[in-house]
Amino acid sequence: MNRAQLLADDPIWLIAIKCVVLLGFGAIATTAMIILERKIVARMQQRPGPNRVGPNGWFQSLADAIKLPFKEQIIPDTADRKVYFLAPVIATIPAFLALSVIPFGPEVSIFGERTVLQLIDLPVGVLVVLACSSMGVYGIVLAGWASGSPYPLLGGLRSAAQVISYEIALGLSIVAVILYTGSLSTGDIVDAQQTGWYFYLLIPSFLIFIISMVGETNRAPFDLPEAESELVGGFHTEYSSMKFALFFLAEYVNMVIVSAMATTLFLGGYMAPWPLSLINDNMFNSGWWPLLWFLGKVWLFLFAFIWLRGTLPRMRYDQFMRLGWKILVPANLVWIVLVVALRAFRNEEAISAPTILIAGGVVLVLLIGLSFLLPERKVELDDNRVPVTGGGYPIPPLDLRVPDKNAKPARVRRSRREPAAVAAGDKESGAVETQ
Amino acid sequence: MSATLLAVQQTVSTGEAITFWVLGPLALAGGLGMIFARNAVHSALFLVLTMLSLGALYMVQQAPFLGFVQIIVYTGAIMMLFLFVLMLVGRDSSDSVVEVLRGQRLWAGVLGVGLAVLIVAAIARSLNEVTIMGLTGEQANGGDGNVANIGRLIFTDYLFPFELTSALLITAAVGAMILGYVDRHQKGRKTQKELVEARFRGEHDRPSPLPGPGVFATANSVATPALLPDGSVAPESLSRLIEATASQKLERDRKAVAGTLPEPDARALAPGKEDGS
Repeated sequence: MNRAQLLADDPIWLIAIKCVVLLGFGAIATTAMIILERKIVARMQQRPGPNRVGPNGWFQSLADAIKLPFKEQIIPDTADRKVYFLAPVIATIPAFLALSVIPFGPEVSIFGERTVLQLIDLPVGVLVVLACSSMGVYGIVLAGWASGSPYPLLGGLRSAAQVISYEIALGLSIVAVILYTGSLSTGDIVDAQQTGWYFYLLIPSFLIFIISMVGETNRAPFDLPEAESELVGGFHTEYSSMKFALFFLAEYVNMVIVSAMATTLFLGGYMAPWPLSLINDNMFNSGWWPLLWFLGKVWLFLFAFIWLRGTLPRMRYDQFMRLGWKILVPANLVWIVLVVALRAFRNEEAISAPTILIAGGVVLVLLIGLSFLLPERKVELDDNRVPVTGGGYPIPPLDLRVPDKNAKPARVRRSRREPAAVAAGDKESGAVETQ
Repeated sequence: MSATLLAVQQTVSTGEAITFWVLGPLALAGGLGMIFARNAVHSALFLVLTMLSLGALYMVQQAPFLGFVQIIVYTGAIMMLFLFVLMLVGRDSSDSVVEVLRGQRLWAGVLGVGLAVLIVAAIARSLNEVTIMGLTGEQANGGDGNVANIGRLIFTDYLFPFELTSALLITAAVGAMILGYVDRHQKGRKTQKELVEARFRGEHDRPSPLPGPGVFATANSVATPALLPDGSVAPESLSRLIEATASQKLERDRKAVAGTLPEPDARALAPGKEDGS
């Protein structure tokens, strides 16, 4: 029996157990992740971190998880109450839904019943994760809008733009994997990596995937939707109590999911890493062992998330968008064309490997030759320029006369250009943005 | 009652029937809600509900690819862009009941009835004349499963319509970008240095950034205006947005800052006790 048939054969009680385990896994992973994040970031910043609750403070996030739902709910006056209540739910449910297609392990026996450690193996499993992440954005956007105040709205819009942009890069980096596998099912993708993991076979895809998965989950250095220095708390500024806890849960479960996806797509899923796979005729690749490798790989990515947060400063919004649209997406497209061409050549019997290499070399030489033909960019020099700045810092000249505002009509474009809701954000980043 | 119809009825399983009777009314309710909701964002949300229900129904009908693409593309991308626009326009903009285009309602009615006739005719035809292929199982529909078949057909038999559609979409996107960015391209973007110089030359409203909000002992909100050295209120320190949303609420704060409110009595602990709140 193959994977899908095994799963279709599951009795109801087994499906129920799997559902409950997935739900618990999401919640436990979140609490563990929060305390680990605080501890690790604290260590990176050379401070003790939480150290009050439990031994060495390790029960801190447990205490927080109990405390948070019992806090007072504050609903803003201007909030759209129905949508305000709905938003955290919409953010959380898709996050948990996406866990259902992740293959946690191979065929095992649970209470005498043969099954696969996976809730469901759809022929379009990868798309399920993408669909869930695109539904999760609704939670964020609606939270921002329903709060009825400017900062959450800006945070929500930023977040939506961010997730949609980076979902394109994310989806494109999956394409190369699908081309190699010939299937959209997550289980098939893992099986196809028995001959070699994709993270070194498809290095560009892997790099783009891990960059865009950080952008997709709104984490540092791409955590612009909740940039504390600019937007207070972003989309969840006005949320408190259980609703805020749900947003927290959704964010961390999303991190677990993208990490699990990265593991499944590029790190061989639940398969044992190389030296271990040689031991005792691949003993560690059967039974319950693979679950350990899978979780280990996922936590590797989760640690990378924390490491990034402790290391990198936040990017500016326009830089972030430029990275996504002008670097990641085009690079990905070029890479996909390369992969397709290589596979097409390989299927063609008449063309041998040397021919491909020679053709590639000729194309490369031509490209380099063409790049020499490009005219150099000329620096325009304005002789009438008034030197008002010094060596890089804007310094007002000593004979500065404060200009008369009424002498020259002030530009009115800004007020005409933007509707009221975005005007505040424009003003914030004002220096470079306007005019 | 023809034989094919009977065959259709026999193939409906209990799970499918339950899904249909749950999702069908939901989709319908979403459609009605979209039309009758007062708020534009609520309308959009009802439409999202309809699209989600349809996506789930496609999945039940053994078309998982179509179902998830429906959710990713329509619900995830297109409706999100709609929401974007609606939110930027502002939450308080209500529908106008004035007919902008003459005879709009008449034509909408005629075209709506026409569309309904077309759809009903198509459904009736599909129920009576089309033979049912069945999509269940790996071997159905020519083997390899649905997803692989769709992929093969798109890139073989239907390559030209597929490419044509994508060309159309790209043209639309590029056209929108050209229309949207024409202003900026004519003038050219200034560098930060050029902007600084322009500011000091007086080409902008003021050489410095706008003053930040004032935060006082009595209030810690950004809606509190900053004070100038002479004690008067700096009007530019208030965001236009904040002023627009709740200016009447700020009126008292401004008076308090400007000192035109009656002084609280000496024993009052909380500020603002004087108006009986």
